[in-house]
Amino acid sequence: MKYSFLQNGDRALTVQLEKEISEEVNAYITALTSSVQDKHIDGVTELVPTFTSLMIVYDCTVIKARKLKAILSEIIDNLSVGVTNAAKVWDIPVCYDDEFALDIESVCQHTGLTKDEIITIHTSVPYLIYMLGFLPGFAYLGGMDKRLVTPRLESPRLEIFKGAVGIGGEQTGIYPIASPGGWRLIGKTPVNVYDPKANPPILYNAGEYIQFYSISREEFDELENRIAQGTYSPVCREVNL
Amino acid sequence: MIRITSPGMITTVQDLGRPGFMKTGFTESGVMDKRSAVVANTLCGNDFNAPVLEMTVTGICCDFIHDTYFCISGGNFSPSLNGVPIKNNKPYLAPAGSKLTMGKAVSGIRTYLAVSGGFAVPLVMGSASTNMKIGVGGLEGRKLKAGDILETGGFKSAPDLKKEVQKDVYPNEITVRAVPGPQDDMFTDTDLKLFFSQIYCVSPFFDRMGIRLNGISLKGKDGMDIISDGIAFGSVQISRNGQPIILMADHQTTGGYAKIATVISADLPKLAQAKGNDRIRFRRITVEKAEKAAVKEMKFYNKLAGR
Repeated sequence: MKYSFLQNGDRALTVQLEKEISEEVNAYITALTSSVQDKHIDGVTELVPTFTSLMIVYDCTVIKARKLKAILSEIIDNLSVGVTNAAKVWDIPVCYDDEFALDIESVCQHTGLTKDEIITIHTSVPYLIYMLGFLPGFAYLGGMDKRLVTPRLESPRLEIFKGAVGIGGEQTGIYPIASPGGWRLIGKTPVNVYDPKANPPILYNAGEYIQFYSISREEFDELENRIAQGTYSPVCREVNL
Repeated sequence: MIRITSPGMITTVQDLGRPGFMKTGFTESGVMDKRSAVVANTLCGNDFNAPVLEMTVTGICCDFIHDTYFCISGGNFSPSLNGVPIKNNKPYLAPAGSKLTMGKAVSGIRTYLAVSGGFAVPLVMGSASTNMKIGVGGLEGRKLKAGDILETGGFKSAPDLKKEVQKDVYPNEITVRAVPGPQDDMFTDTDLKLFFSQIYCVSPFFDRMGIRLNGISLKGKDGMDIISDGIAFGSVQISRNGQPIILMADHQTTGGYAKIATVISADLPKLAQAKGNDRIRFRRITVEKAEKAAVKEMKFYNKLAGR
């Protein structure tokens, strides 16, 4: 795959692929990220995979851009992105009850679907985590059914509650912490996708998948209690997609 | 142990940052002005990374509960110990019961207090740095308030009280060196020439996330939007209105605007001391020169530490 190096001062180097959001390009980024990680290059402190690029943050008093580029070029030349259907899928419970689904009416109006249809479609397929960014644990998910596409709120909310599940244009996702935001809220998950005391602090990684499933208000309360007691954690399945 | 009697405007515990978690959306955090934090720490006999207090615009007043060695470095906040004016970049011994008082910034905008042994706070994801946005690190993830008590760590030996390091000066007009990229190709030659020659004015909107600048708008070849990618500390993002924001210690990990250039690491400390209405000019340099400057800065730190 064609790539170029973009320089971020003396602090970081970005490997930029073709500028097109696709599962293929993103799979290449995921493979590149894990190869660079496995190489344990001295001086490299952060790897930031995004839709079509990988940013490598490094300490230039340990390794210079020129040497880093040479190592990366070698990794890229030898990289084979295997054709594999194996994927890690996180099953995430979501309560679509009116109490949390503050904007589901407006999504119904915009899409012409009923609440039940929205829930059925939203929980029908796993979504690829293209990248994490914006907030700790905020996943940019791809693959939402076009029928659910609804524009963002005209004026963003000053605070969206933690665990909110929403739709923003062609995207869907979870707010891992309370934050301002303009997405239309259709539910809430009791799962803490972000826990600063856990290791790792974020449940999932870029390149994995999220599959939502619907739970009742009672099940939500029960799961929330079990999470508070530490007797529940979400399940990650290895599947062939 | 110290007790805060007046917390200043924005005072937080910081170290050199929380590396390793950017891929999951955690900003780097850490001190804005690394040079001042390192000077204060080394003069106290600490490691570079020991937790310090970062103060912005106004300083703290505090009581020392035990005999404590301390050092202040960064902006001049007119510090005095028990009513006697003291200097930046020089360690002092505060006997138990002493009072440190600091005022408003006279020069610079941030200053750092290091104590021998460092401030002892629980580490979150390996770092003492406060991230106020998500409420983790430092003291309960927040800025300090009056009545807060901060523990200090143990130290091995008393620092040399005769040691003194030359103070940095913070003029109202500065030039910082920057390397073009990562998205300099999205700008015309005229844009790049303008960016590297005009004098920008720091807007009143500057914080730990970024410093907004005002100048003649850049046009861009075809808008400023990019597919969201990673952001480095010091990158200069051009917003849709053509104006720059320099992304600082608490920057978001990813963003969707083109970044025309990146300020070199060695010049971030002086940028961290810029305040509203200051003038900033960017000077274009190569990455090789930026690397040399970073090595020189590191040598300066090592020399301070006697290495």
